Parts: sequence; C-alpha cells; structure tokens
Amino acid sequence: MEIRENRLEIKDFSLYYHRTKALEEISMDIPEKKVTAIIGPSGCGKSTLLRSINRMNEMIDGVLTEGRILLDAENIYDRSIDVVELRRKVGMVFQRPNPFPKSIYENVAFGVRMGENKQAKGRLEEVVERSLKEAAIWDEVKDRLQRSAMELSGGQQQRVCIARALAVEPEVILMDEPASALDPIATAKIEELIFKLKEKYTIVIVTHNMQQAARVSDQTAFLMLGKLIEYGDTATIFTNPKNKTTEEYITGRFG
Amino acid sequence: MNYQTKFKKIGDKVKIGLTGTAVLLILAILAIILLAVIAGGYKSLSWEFLSQPPRDGMTKGGIFPAIFGMVFSLILMLIAVVPVGVATAVYLHEYARPDFILTRLIRGAVNNLAGVPSIVFGLFGLGFFIQFIGNGIDRSLGQSGLFGQPCILWASLTLALMNLPMIIVATEEALRAIPQAERAGALALGATKWQTIRHVVLPQAIPGILTGVVLVVSRGAGEVAPIMFTGAAYYLPYLPKLPTDQFMTLGYHIFVMTTQSPDIDATVPIAMGATLVLLALTFSLNIIAIIIRSRTRSQLRKGR
Repeated sequence: MEIRENRLEIKDFSLYYHRTKALEEISMDIPEKKVTAIIGPSGCGKSTLLRSINRMNEMIDGVLTEGRILLDAENIYDRSIDVVELRRKVGMVFQRPNPFPKSIYENVAFGVRMGENKQAKGRLEEVVERSLKEAAIWDEVKDRLQRSAMELSGGQQQRVCIARALAVEPEVILMDEPASALDPIATAKIEELIFKLKEKYTIVIVTHNMQQAARVSDQTAFLMLGKLIEYGDTATIFTNPKNKTTEEYITGRFG
Repeated sequence: MNYQTKFKKIGDKVKIGLTGTAVLLILAILAIILLAVIAGGYKSLSWEFLSQPPRDGMTKGGIFPAIFGMVFSLILMLIAVVPVGVATAVYLHEYARPDFILTRLIRGAVNNLAGVPSIVFGLFGLGFFIQFIGNGIDRSLGQSGLFGQPCILWASLTLALMNLPMIIVATEEALRAIPQAERAGALALGATKWQTIRHVVLPQAIPGILTGVVLVVSRGAGEVAPIMFTGAAYYLPYLPKLPTDQFMTLGYHIFVMTTQSPDIDATVPIAMGATLVLLALTFSLNIIAIIIRSRTRSQLRKGR
C-alpha cells in the first residue's frame, strides 16, 4: 500500500440552500495527485459539493454552510481565508466551455494578469506556453494565439479553459462534468488529459457518466440526495460496492 | 378547409395588414418631415451659413455659434452622465441584491425619473443648480453672478440628469446579456469582483453603452425645455469659452427663429436650414455610433 497524503479534507460539511439541506454532513478525504470522481443521480448535490471546494456557491444568494473543508490543514471557510487566494489554489473547469471573448493568449494570461505574482507576470509568454502544453492544445493553437478563443471548437475551447486554470498554478483542479457538452473524440482527449494532469495536480471531477468515472478516477464518491453513500477506491466501488444503493445505481437500475 | 381555419386565415391576413399599415404610416411621416425640412432648408445651406455667426439682427448670416454651443454642451453632458449612469447600472446589476429594499428604491427612482417631463427638468435645473448650488458657490466664494446664473455647465448637468435613466437602462440591458458563466470563469481564476467587472464584463458592455450614448446625444441635441432657463441664450456676440458662459444652441435657435422673431419672413428660412443641420448632425452621430458599435462587437467576437 502506498502512503497517501490528504491535502483536501471535507469534514462534516453541510450546505443549506434557503431552508433546504442540499448537502448533509459529508466527510471525505481527497488524496493528493489522484483523480477523485463524484457520481450520483441528477440533483444529488455533486456539483454543489464541488463548488463548495472553491466557494463558488457564494455567488448564489441564500447559501449557508456548516462544517469544514480543509486545504493544507486550513479551513477554507475560516474568516481569515481570502476567497480570491483560495480560488488561485483551487482552479475550476466548468460544464460548458466558457472562454472569455478575448484572444487565446489573453484567456490563458487572464489569471496571471489579475494576480499578484510578479514573477509569473514577468514571463507571461512562458507561462502561457507551458499551460497550453500542459493542457495538450499547444500544437493546435500555437500559430494563432492572437485569434479569438471563440473561434475554436467546443473541445478545444474546453482545453483552453483547462490551460487557463493551469496558468495560475493551482494545487487542486475541480472539474464540473467537463466533457458533458463535448463529442466522443473531444471527450477522449479531455480524459487523456486528466490522466496526465494528475501527475502534478489533485483533481476532483463530477460526472454523470459512470464509464468516465471508472476510466479516469482513482477514488469514487457516490452521492445521493445530498448524502455521501459510499466512498472508496474506484475499482472497489465499481466491482464490489458495499452498499446496495451504490450497486443499484452503478448497474444502472436507476438514475 | 373548415370554417374555423378559414376564419383564422382571414384573421392572420388582417393582422399582417394592420402591422404593415403601421410600418408604412411611420415611414410616411418620417418622409414628410424630411421632405419638408429639406425643401425648406436646402436653400439656406452654404459654407457661410455653417461657419458664420448671425448678422443684421439675426435676419442674415449663419448658425455657427449654435452648432459650437450645442457640441460644447453635449460633450459636458456626456462627461457627466456616462460615468454616473454606468456606475449606477453596474451597482444595480452586479453588486446590489435584487430583493434588497434599497435596490428597489433606486430602480423605482430611475423609472420615475424617466417619466418626468423635460420642462420640469428645466425648472428643476433653474431652482437646484443655479439658485441653490450656483448661488451657494458664489456666496461661499464671496462673489456674485459667476455660478449663480444660467450657463453651459448647468444646462449640461440638467440635460445629464434628464438622460441619466436612459444610460442606466441601456447599460443594465448590456450587462444582462453577458453570460453568468463568464463571470464565474473569471472569479474561479481568482479575479476579484471588481477585476471581473473591469476586464470581463465592462468591455463586453461597451456596444450597449454606446447605444445609450447615441440615444442620449440625439435627445440632448433636440431638447429645448431643459436648457431654456438654465443656460441657452437668445443671441450672443461671442463664442462661449468657459463652462460658466452662456451659449447658443441649435434647438433653442430654431425655437427663437420661428417664434421670437420680429421679422418672421427673414428668419424662417434660417430656422429651416438650422433644422436641416440639426437633423443631419443627429443622423450622422447615430451612424457614427452604429459603426463604432458594430466594430467593437466584431472585435469582441474576434477577441482582439
């Protein structure tokens, strides 16, 4: 057995949306430099849980949280935490590719330009190139960095969005169904990319596609109605689930 | 074909006919106005008419001071109204919570402001800007008659006040059209709220804001009521140099030439010419703004 560090720990975390409890006392340790998948039927709170890790839920009115989420042993919901700082450490890729209507270069440079890292600002071109290479799209766009990111295909846009997230050198990358709006070939590319990215980054991915979870993830969490039903090695969850509901969901009896 | 579908078809035709007639009516009215103005005004047009001041008790000469004064006042108006209007719209749409009582209050105030007749703005400008603020400044500086009298500054601010709702509404409309996902994308990259607004939201709102600017400039050029008590002059022998000077302006000049003149036969052609110039200026402003707008739009699409 290898020894895993847990950089990201969710501890008794609950989330209320107005008076509805959307997440109920969820506890899970997310291992470093692994891919952790969150699966579950629609409306089970998997995206909500993901968005709690970079506090994006705060964009919505009427959200209250309880419990803690620890990143490097610090509670990200602590008053002393600067949410801007947090989001530089915890990057996010959204369900639909959402590049800015700016050039490819400016999209990737955006996070660095907005930040305080003078060193990165000084070698912006390098950062952009490294990020695009890491996101496996450099070869496709290197000759048209000044063209609009909106001209790219959906799959390319999504990889530019991943590059954009990588440029600020996060520790964790959250992916909210990153391939659900893409065709199978673009999806395969994203999955390959995720596989490579885990050498450097901790990845948490929400997916409604069980094959995808089985293919890309090391750990899988199964959520239902805001509760964590089962969490463990992906191999175990998919071949030998302990919980009856998990088994039923995975074998496709509902959801 | 049964009875009902036949009935529906006739109904359809009637509706198409009615909407078509409405369009034709509008086009006809516009054509009549344009033709009348062109027919009455083209004879007055000349380089001299555009570049010279009025002469011989305003029965001869040009309208240059009125054009100059109008441009002067509109620039001042834009300097006042655009920052305040855009800032208000950004606050309302990006910062304020929609159900918050203050937000509703501001929104209601904006809507009501838009419904106030322009003559009321004129009187308000006289009472508030000139008598209250202007005289107040004069008193505190120990002088009299510099700020406490009609001038371009107060006329422009009155126009700005009148046009504030239009800029706010146009900007808010533009902000609403920007996908929430782009804001989320910027925030998720560790941009602050203000950085998101400054670098992602506002650049995309520029075309919409420009639309508002066009409307406001056209309206500002045409309104007479708000400026007749607050700064517009019947006749000035010199061009205004400072915002505290009075000014001649096209709209008011037309009003003067058609209703306040002792020699109406001599002044009506001048008024017609001035009207033609005013219309041409407003139209070309509109066209320039439309060009700028479509340029910025395609630049945004291309991503520059």
